Amino acid sequence: MTKKQKKMLIRIIISAMLLLGFHFLPVQGIVRFFLYFIPYLIIGYDILIKGWKGIRNRQPFDENLLMAIATIGAIIIALYDSGDYTEAIAVMLFYQIGEWFQSYAVGKSRRNISDLMDIRPDYANIEVDGKLEQVDPDEVEIGSVIVVQPGEKVPLDGIVLEGVSTLNTSALTGESLPREVNVNDEIISGCINMTGRLKIKTTKGFEESTVSKILDLVENASSRKSKSENFITKFARIYTPAVVYSAIALAILPPLVRMIGFGLSAQWGAWIYRALTFLVISCPCALVISIPLSFFAGIGGASKAGILVKGSNYLEILSQVKCVVFDKTGTLTQGTFEVSGIHHNKMEDEKLLEYAALVESFSTHPISKSIQKAYRKKVDASRVTDIQEISGNGVIAKVDGICVAAGNDKLMKRLQIPYIACHHVGTIIHMAINGEYAGHILISDMIKPHAKDVISSLHSSGVEKTVMLTGDAKKVADQVANTLGIDEVYSELLPSDKVEKVESILEGKQYKGKLAFVGDGINDAPVLSRADIGIAMGAMGSDAAIEAADVVLMDDDPMKIVKAIKISRKCLRIVYENIWFAIGIKLICLFLGAIGIANMWVAIFADVGVMILAVLNAIRALFVKNL
Amino acid sequence: MKKTYKIEVDCANCANKMEDATKKTAGVKDAVVNFMTLKMSVEFEDGCDPKKVMQEVLKNCKKVEDDCEIFI
Repeated sequence: MTKKQKKMLIRIIISAMLLLGFHFLPVQGIVRFFLYFIPYLIIGYDILIKGWKGIRNRQPFDENLLMAIATIGAIIIALYDSGDYTEAIAVMLFYQIGEWFQSYAVGKSRRNISDLMDIRPDYANIEVDGKLEQVDPDEVEIGSVIVVQPGEKVPLDGIVLEGVSTLNTSALTGESLPREVNVNDEIISGCINMTGRLKIKTTKGFEESTVSKILDLVENASSRKSKSENFITKFARIYTPAVVYSAIALAILPPLVRMIGFGLSAQWGAWIYRALTFLVISCPCALVISIPLSFFAGIGGASKAGILVKGSNYLEILSQVKCVVFDKTGTLTQGTFEVSGIHHNKMEDEKLLEYAALVESFSTHPISKSIQKAYRKKVDASRVTDIQEISGNGVIAKVDGICVAAGNDKLMKRLQIPYIACHHVGTIIHMAINGEYAGHILISDMIKPHAKDVISSLHSSGVEKTVMLTGDAKKVADQVANTLGIDEVYSELLPSDKVEKVESILEGKQYKGKLAFVGDGINDAPVLSRADIGIAMGAMGSDAAIEAADVVLMDDDPMKIVKAIKISRKCLRIVYENIWFAIGIKLICLFLGAIGIANMWVAIFADVGVMILAVLNAIRALFVKNL
Repeated sequence: MKKTYKIEVDCANCANKMEDATKKTAGVKDAVVNFMTLKMSVEFEDGCDPKKVMQEVLKNCKKVEDDCEIFI
């Protein structure tokens, strides 16, 4: 609780107790009026002052003035009529309770969300003469060496110089599995170092570091307002004056009509009372506070799950996504080539792989790298002699004096060695040893483990169309799409073709809703910005992706796409619930108030009760774990 | 030029009022008040002294909502 909240709470308690106490005092007349005026002033003096200031500054239509008019009016009616001041004071009391509760709830969720995003490092350790000194991360220059002890946050992006450790990245990615780092690995700020002491050479200043970028992004997210928020702002601007004028009309017109038109008694008191209830009901607080709060909570909850949404408007669009376009590499597939099979070999797999690794050891081609990776052991390059690289075909070399050829079918044809074609999709390396066919190695891009589930859960959650774009060969693309159950595939595309494809899908529009493009953030920035909403995956450390996309997934798991859509839908559902609930209850109560059925107590519920319920409902958007 | 200031304000509607008042102040090109993060980012017109403009902004904000504070 802040100081202000404490003060308010004391005021609420004192005036509530006074109100209760006076109830049992047998005083009447003017004494009673002055007695009841004490709790009224205690609870409402600031509202009266603010209402007055509003008039003076020519900004009269705010809830302070509404409250001031309503309560003063009710007191005057009571003075002439029943002598029951409780109602007027209760209106003010409950209004203040509502305000207090709202300020408490907002403060609480504000803290909750900033706790979620508690990744800002407070200091960086720099070694000076063998001693560690703590300095502000802002002051560390690029290229300096910092030390991160176990249990500390990594303050700046950099490269590990010394040490081995595991990192907890859960604050960034929502992923609880720790990540191993070794010497020469890149390391990003915001992770927590868990086991070993690390020496890191920084590659970026603090402002440019991942942690600053993420914080900046999340903190500024709610300044990009969604359509629903804009609607509410506009609504409140028209609504409040409209209600004030109708209240005035309600107080004056019916009595005049009764008097002049029908010759009946005017019943001024009853109609003014109705007009005052009208004013109390009308306060738009429930809407004005709960809608931004829902978005704020939704964005906060999403960032806890490792999904950064850049604005309320994007959360809104995300909830309407009906068509998801994927860039294949890096989103549905790993984007790295791996040895996925060794076929038709006469010698052991391991032996064949060793030969392949040896002859390919001088090449830097991604394919040869993946062979080295599959072999795992260190290659003794001195065993290889007479290397002959035939570009577009493969390599021929001598290993321990034996002639080894590794390459595609062209190479085999060239050497006139009969080979067995592979029916799998991918890159095939045929091996010939001593002029004899020795089998082939299949290298392909691996589909991510959850990719199939992602497509099926997208479909089951109401996405009408899934499309895959890729620069890969048609055969490869079709096979991946079939395995995953994707509706449409466009293959052999250049990066610029992808923009055109997305545009033609946007124009063709065989779905109702928005189009999302999912890419890995590399080379697809134009497409990310062209789609209704761009989702970048695996953004850990990639600046381009963070800049270009509207939604950034912090790790590589495509399941996060489904989660992001679910979070956005939950948030928007809450927003609409609140809009309909608040406007609905208010309209009903306004109607009841106008015809004289609803009294002040109903009005209090319509104002404060609705607001409290709407705020509680809004906070639900923060809980996204089980989606 | 764009600068961000911490603010203190009690309700979302008051934040909207502050935003309006700030936008109307001379020397301010655009302003966004973020109630949730309690931050106000102000874009100044070229050749204005942000400090002087912010004094005016604070005065105008106090007019519409006297319970607010901007930490300049």
